[in-house]
Amino acid sequence: MMKKLMMLMVLVILAVFAADTVFAKPIEIHWWHAMRSARGEVCKTMIKQFNESQDKYVVIGTNKGNYDETVNAGVAAIRAKKQPHILQSFEVGTQTMMLSGAIYPVYELMADAGYKIDWDDYLQPVLSYYMNADGNLMSMPFNSSTPVMYYNVDLFKKAGLAPLSKEKPVTWDELGEMLKKIVGAGVPGGMVTAWQSWTQIENYSAIHNIPFATKSNGYEGLDCELTINNDKVINHIARLKSWMGDKRFFYGGQKYQGPKAEFLAQNAAVYIDSISGIAKLKKAVKDFKWDVAPLPVEFWMKEPQNTIIGGASNWVLKGHSKEAYEGVAAFLAFLATNEMQEYWHKETGYFPITQSAYRSLKAKGYYDEQPYQEVGIKQMTRRIPTKISRGLRLGYFIQIRNIINEELELVWNDTKSPKDALDRAAARSNQKLREFEKTYK
Amino acid sequence: MIKRSIFTSKTLPYLLILPQILVTVTFFYWPAFQGLMQSMMLSDPFGLHNTFVWFDNFITLFKDPLYLKSIITTLGFSAATAAVSITFGLFIATMANRALKAKAVIRTLLIWPYAVAPAISGVLWLFLLHPSYGIVALFMKKTLGLDWNPVLRGGDAMIMIIMASAWKEVSYNFVFFLAGMQSIPKSLIEAAAMDGASPFKRFWFITVPLLSPTLFFVTVMNIIYAFFETFGVIHTVTQGGPGGATNILVYKVYQDGFIGLNLGSSAAQSVVLMALIIIITILQFKYVERKVQYTG
Repeated sequence: MMKKLMMLMVLVILAVFAADTVFAKPIEIHWWHAMRSARGEVCKTMIKQFNESQDKYVVIGTNKGNYDETVNAGVAAIRAKKQPHILQSFEVGTQTMMLSGAIYPVYELMADAGYKIDWDDYLQPVLSYYMNADGNLMSMPFNSSTPVMYYNVDLFKKAGLAPLSKEKPVTWDELGEMLKKIVGAGVPGGMVTAWQSWTQIENYSAIHNIPFATKSNGYEGLDCELTINNDKVINHIARLKSWMGDKRFFYGGQKYQGPKAEFLAQNAAVYIDSISGIAKLKKAVKDFKWDVAPLPVEFWMKEPQNTIIGGASNWVLKGHSKEAYEGVAAFLAFLATNEMQEYWHKETGYFPITQSAYRSLKAKGYYDEQPYQEVGIKQMTRRIPTKISRGLRLGYFIQIRNIINEELELVWNDTKSPKDALDRAAARSNQKLREFEKTYK
Repeated sequence: MIKRSIFTSKTLPYLLILPQILVTVTFFYWPAFQGLMQSMMLSDPFGLHNTFVWFDNFITLFKDPLYLKSIITTLGFSAATAAVSITFGLFIATMANRALKAKAVIRTLLIWPYAVAPAISGVLWLFLLHPSYGIVALFMKKTLGLDWNPVLRGGDAMIMIIMASAWKEVSYNFVFFLAGMQSIPKSLIEAAAMDGASPFKRFWFITVPLLSPTLFFVTVMNIIYAFFETFGVIHTVTQGGPGGATNILVYKVYQDGFIGLNLGSSAAQSVVLMALIIIITILQFKYVERKVQYTG
C-alpha cells in the first residue's frame, strides 16, 4: 500500500515538472518606474490587466523610488549590462537619455514590431516633447501634466470679483488689478507659484512663443545657449518682484509644498501649479470653494501658444531579444488604448495621451462632472506647437533649473535686480551647456 | 611563566592579515582610486563616452565663484554647528553632573536625541520653523511680529539648519562631557572651593583644563559630523537653498553627481572634500592638541 502511494506521488511530481516544460514560460518584461502610492497602485492594476489579457508575456513593474532614483537605478543597470526593458525617466532627463546610446527609439520599435500607429491622434504638445529634431518619437509619453492657475472663489467673491473663465485666459495686467482688490479686501497675500522655473519662465516663454534657448530650444544642436535674459521675461520677473512690494505676490518655496500650504491656509488667493495638483486639493480643501483657470497671458499676445508639459516618459532600452521587444511593443500599445488612458486620467489626473481617449471621455460626459480636468487639456492643445513652444531639449537641464531657481530667489530676497539675475542665470547655464557639449564630442 | 610562540614562517603573518587587507582594498582603496580617476574624466552617465581631461574638472571647479562660496558656507556652518553643540553640551553636562534625585532619568532623556537620524531631526525642525506651516514660526510671526522666513532669506535658513544639526549633536557631546567630568577628582574641586574660588572660576580653571582631551576629541568629531552627516538635515530642510545659501560641499556633491549626473565634477568635488577634511584634522592635531592637557 505504502509503495503504491509513493509511486503515485512520484508520478504526480514528475507530471508537474513535465507540464512546466511543455507549456513554455512567458517572456518576462521588466519595467522600472517612479510611480508610488496611489499612482503606483494604478500602475499595478494596468500591469495586471495586461498580464491577464494574454499569456505570451509577463510584465514585472518595479518602483525604483522617485524620478532621480529611478534614473540612477537605470544608469547603474545599464553600466552593469543588467538593464530593464523599459525605464521611466522624467522630462528634464530627455536629452541625457536621447544621447545615451542605450535606447531603442520607440518609433522604430513600434514599426519593427509591426504596429501601425496613427501618431497624429496623440496630443501633439505631449508628443513633441519627446521627438527628435526630425519629428520621430524617441520615448513613449506616460504621465504628462501642465501648469494651471488655481484660485479661491470665496476670496474672489469677498473682493467683489466674478469667477474666471475656464477657457479664455486673463491677462497679467487684469490679474494684477484683481490681486490688488483681493489684498485690499484684507487677504494676507495675492498669488503664490509652485515650481517657479517651470511655471514662470519655461511655460511663460512657451505661451508667448519666446525662445528659451537658441537652436529651437536645443532641439537642433548641443551648441545652444539660453536666451531667458530677454526683455519680456525680465519684465515678467520684474513685475512679480514689484508685486511683492504690496503683497500681491509672495514667495513660498521652489517646490509645491510651501505655496500649496499658503493656498490652503487662505493666505493666497491664487496658486499656480501642475494640473496633477487637482487630486491633492480635492482631498485637502474643506473650508472654501476653489476653481481652475488657464495661466494668464500678456495683453499683446492675441493668440497664446500651448503650454508645455511636465512629467515623464517610458524609454525602451537596448540589449534584449527580439521576442522580448515584441512584448514591449504590445505592452506600450496596450497602455495607449482608450480604456487604459481613460482609467489613468481619471485616477491620477495626468493627461490621456491620445485625442481619441479624450474624445471618448468627453462623449461619456466625464468633463461635465469634472470640469477642472479639462482646463489643462484645452490650454495645452489650443494651438499647434511651434518650434519654440514644443518643448525644451537641454543637457544638464536639472542643474539649469537649479540655477534658475537660485537666481530667482536672489531676486525675491532683494539681492539682485531681475536683469542681473537672469543674465547671470543664462551665463551660468551656458557654462553647463558647454560642459555637456564637451562630454558628447 | 609566560609562554611565547615564535613563528619562523615569513609568509604566515601576511596570510593572517590578508582578509583585512582584502576588505580594505575592496571597500576603501578601490573606490577611492575610482573616484580619483573619475575626477579627471569627462563622462556621460552611462559610461559610453569617456575622455581623460587631466585636471580640467578641478580648474572649472575653482574658477566657479559659487564653489568657492560653498566652501565658505561649509566652513561657517561647521564652525557654528560645532560651537553651538559644544556650548550646549557642556552646559547641560555641568548641570546634570550635580547631585540630583532624578539623575539617571534626566541623563537618559538627554541622550535620546542622539538616536534620531539627521533626516528626521531636519523634518522635526521643519515642522516647527517652516514659515507656511511651522508652529513656532507662526507664533513668532503672529505674536512676536518677527519677520522670520527661511524659505526666502539665506540667513534665516542657515540658522534653521544649524539648530537642526546642532540639536542632535548636543546629546553626543553631553555623553562625553559627563563622562569626562565624572573622572575629574572631587577633591580638586572641593579644595578650590575651600580656597574661596567661585563656581565659575572652579569651572574655568579646573574643570575645563582637565576636560580638554574630551573637548578636543568632541571638536574633531563635531566638525566631521557637520561636514558629512548633516546631509540629511540639508536635504529635508532647505535642499541647499534659498539662492544656494545653505549649499554645503557634501550637498553639492550629491546635487551635481546624483541628481545632475555630472560625474566628473562630482568626483572632483569629493576629492577636494577629502583633501579639506584631511587638512583640517592635521591642523587640529598639530596646533590644538598642543594645548590639550592629558591626565595620567
